[in-house]
Amino acid sequence: MNELIQILTDLHDDVDFTTETGLIENGILNSLDIVSIITEVSDRFDVTIPAEEIMPENFDSAEALWALICRLDED
Amino acid sequence: MTLTSFPFLLFAAVTVLLYYLVPKRGQWIVLLTASVLFYAAAGGWYLPFILVTVLTTFFLARIIERRAKADEDYITTHKADMDKDARKAYKAAGKKKRFRILTAGLILNFGILAVLKYTGFTLSIVNDILGLFTASTLTVPSLILPLGISFYTFRSTGYLIDVYRGKAKAATNLGKYALFISFFPAVMQGPICRYNDLADQFDTPHRAEWDNLSAGLLRVLWGFFKKLVVADTLMGAVKTIVGTPEDFGGMYVLLLIILYSAVIYGDFTGGIDITIGLSRMLGLRLTENFNRPFSSRSTAEYWNRWHITMGSWFTDYVFYPLSICSSMQKLTKWSRAHLGKAVGMRFPVYLATLVTWFLTGLWHGASWNFIVWGVLNGVIILISRECEPLYKRFRERFPRLTSSAFYGGFMCVRTFFLMGAVRILDCYRDVPVTFKAFASMFYDFSHWGDLLDGSVMDKLGITLPVWILVGLATLLIFFVSRSGKDTPVADRLSNRPVLWTLAALGLAVTVMIFGSYGIGFDAGDFIYGQY
Amino acid sequence: MENTIIKTPKKTLWLRALCIVIALAILAAIPAVLTPILMPKYLTVSKEGSLTEEYYSAVAETNHDVLFVGDCEIFESFVPAILWEEYGISAYLRGGAQQLVWHSYYLLEDALRYETPKAVVFNVYALKYGEPQKEAYNRMALDGMEWSSVKAEAIRASMTEEEDFLTYLFPFFRYHSRWSELTTEDFTYAWKDKPAVSDSGYLMQTGVVPADTQADYTPEQLIDYTLPATAMAYLDRMRALCAEKGIELILVKAPTNFWRYHWYDEWDAQITDYAAEHGLAYYNLIPKAYEMGLDMATDTYDGGAHLNVYGAEKLTRYFGEILAKDHAIPDRRGESDIASVWQRRVEAYYDRKTAMESRE
Repeated sequence: MNELIQILTDLHDDVDFTTETGLIENGILNSLDIVSIITEVSDRFDVTIPAEEIMPENFDSAEALWALICRLDED
Repeated sequence: MTLTSFPFLLFAAVTVLLYYLVPKRGQWIVLLTASVLFYAAAGGWYLPFILVTVLTTFFLARIIERRAKADEDYITTHKADMDKDARKAYKAAGKKKRFRILTAGLILNFGILAVLKYTGFTLSIVNDILGLFTASTLTVPSLILPLGISFYTFRSTGYLIDVYRGKAKAATNLGKYALFISFFPAVMQGPICRYNDLADQFDTPHRAEWDNLSAGLLRVLWGFFKKLVVADTLMGAVKTIVGTPEDFGGMYVLLLIILYSAVIYGDFTGGIDITIGLSRMLGLRLTENFNRPFSSRSTAEYWNRWHITMGSWFTDYVFYPLSICSSMQKLTKWSRAHLGKAVGMRFPVYLATLVTWFLTGLWHGASWNFIVWGVLNGVIILISRECEPLYKRFRERFPRLTSSAFYGGFMCVRTFFLMGAVRILDCYRDVPVTFKAFASMFYDFSHWGDLLDGSVMDKLGITLPVWILVGLATLLIFFVSRSGKDTPVADRLSNRPVLWTLAALGLAVTVMIFGSYGIGFDAGDFIYGQY
Repeated sequence: MENTIIKTPKKTLWLRALCIVIALAILAAIPAVLTPILMPKYLTVSKEGSLTEEYYSAVAETNHDVLFVGDCEIFESFVPAILWEEYGISAYLRGGAQQLVWHSYYLLEDALRYETPKAVVFNVYALKYGEPQKEAYNRMALDGMEWSSVKAEAIRASMTEEEDFLTYLFPFFRYHSRWSELTTEDFTYAWKDKPAVSDSGYLMQTGVVPADTQADYTPEQLIDYTLPATAMAYLDRMRALCAEKGIELILVKAPTNFWRYHWYDEWDAQITDYAAEHGLAYYNLIPKAYEMGLDMATDTYDGGAHLNVYGAEKLTRYFGEILAKDHAIPDRRGESDIASVWQRRVEAYYDRKTAMESRE
């Protein structure tokens, strides 16, 4: 989780990712950011996030994203 | 039948009437019938093409869903016999097979689009290349282009991908699915609705409700106003400027940027207002396609507010899959290892962005103009992303200035002109002419006098009263769009019958008198020609 | 589901209904109020547009023994005031700018609803056109017609592809775009009778622009000299209509022959044959120009395409004699009712002539 927060903070250092729950809804992350995150996640956690998982519910908060990574790792 | 023609008005009125008169279970049949008639009226030869798309995507989606379900069932029943790896392998194998079916469907449907829309363009490029070596050229066949093919192909393939991804349930009723693809208010110019957003609404019975009818009608009238009073009135001036670029350089190109922005805004958002308003009158909610686009402060924001359904289609079905597919990931890893982290991080994003925008341009039209237009958009988005740290420093340095309304306004105007300048690629004959015209703004100052002595009006064929009319109309659109930020104005007015009536009446009368429709009274036509 | 729907109060329903009814009423009233303002008045520009409507007040005053129908070679060539003065012939011209054969046919049929003349004179030049030419001329010929089944048929027969019948029923939808070019004239005559632009259908021109007699022109070669069948079919209909009502149909070609509007010998032969076949009189007046004393140095206002008033008077004197002698058109100068009407018309004619000459 902390590593994930670190990835996110590298992208936007002015956002508190531990509390923010509207990353997509409030337009903090755009599509370019999302691809950067997916690339980083794949690199660090060895988890491939497929395109169909890219939806606001999975990216709106760091917590949701972490849950997604865990779920994909399980499968 | 264009959306602003008299026959269409009549057609829409009859459809709405029948829709609420038939038993609720048959409402979708009224819409499907209307859609088929509407499509056939545009050209009987178009029907087979859209039918092929409807049938192939419908049945392939069902096959994909059935296979996915069978795979799942197999795993559930054999759970005990399989370990995690075996399950994964089985799943992957099934997915691969389904992917082949999906690919077949996509190749077929994009193939039809490609052949019909791009054969001429491709052959002309081939001829240009051949021309370097030989004198012989290939004949360019004239193929028909079914009405709204770019839009319905996107709707249907988007649906197929959604079913493959497990995001949408495959349609079970072929008729309703055909209606989703061919729904007549949206078939010509979108919005590109997603199956999940629209399909269920065809199953629900709809009662004639004042809220829907009144808000919908007002929105339709608003669309007529934007299109007929603003867009079509200015269209002649745009055609004049781009028709003879050698006579209209410098100041006129700047004027073109403004005028064409107004034309395309009135035409496209007005058309969508008619589509969404009419659907609303039928009790259907379509996805919004615009969100006050000219209030955007950046190109990226603009593309989240302009032609939204197309942008999101490209993001979901092209940009994401492309930028995170395994070969792209491999490329990223390689470039990271060899070119450093900074470059490696950017690689997939940049490449996918440019490819996506190249395809977006191509989708708009089969010509270099649109390709250059698309790629330029992509490049601008990437440049402003690179400049982001710079902007940030600027904001930190001048917090009071950058948080002021003035700065916000400046950003909007800047984006407006940037997008407007790129957009003139739409109208000029070819790319070199466009760039020459654009450049003339910076060296040809000979036309500025036309603004002072008023000869600009004669030259563009728009008289002073018409300029005043369009100016007032633009102001009205600006204020309505501002005040509709939270709740659309049409919705607010439908609760106030008297105000609603005044607004609807005012719009209808304005369009009737001031709209550009019918055979315009051209005084020149009446100048005595002796016979 | 049902019980979640909140019932709209009756008062709101009534208010909505009332608003809609009032709105629809206003919407319907708008074209009715604005059309008279927006319609072109054809008083200073394109005066020919007023010709069609001026007939109705004239026929209400008195009947005519001769009706002339056709294009500008009618309304710039024959002067009813002179016909009366010299021969006591009561005549009216239903001609118009680029009035095609079907326009002429229906304007004749329309006129026959009001009166039955002894003779109809048709100028044959328009027979060269077999297709609608320009929307503007349709409007000038047809907008002024009073409504009847004849007008409806005339519209259907005349419309170009871009036109819509609806715009004749509701001219508002045709002329709404004139909002930006309205002049005081449009408001002055919106609900008031317009002054007549013509004298019994004759549109006076007093200017003189001599024809360049030195310029010998070679008319353009045509691929096919056959007059269009569609046009000739209307001539057939005109002939049948006249026969049915016991009216003599007389064919005429005005004496002007201009390079842009050349009358080919091949066309003339077809008309001559047609007239012979059906026992009609046909006068090609081009070779008679000298005989009637036309001098294209003084008798044309546009370099030879059309006659001015001086030429028209000469032509009318010449042709009036033919009408009186060969076609037995009666002299009605002894009939006091009709004579008093014509006295006024002749006076008006000379007043206009004096006024226009003083302005030249």
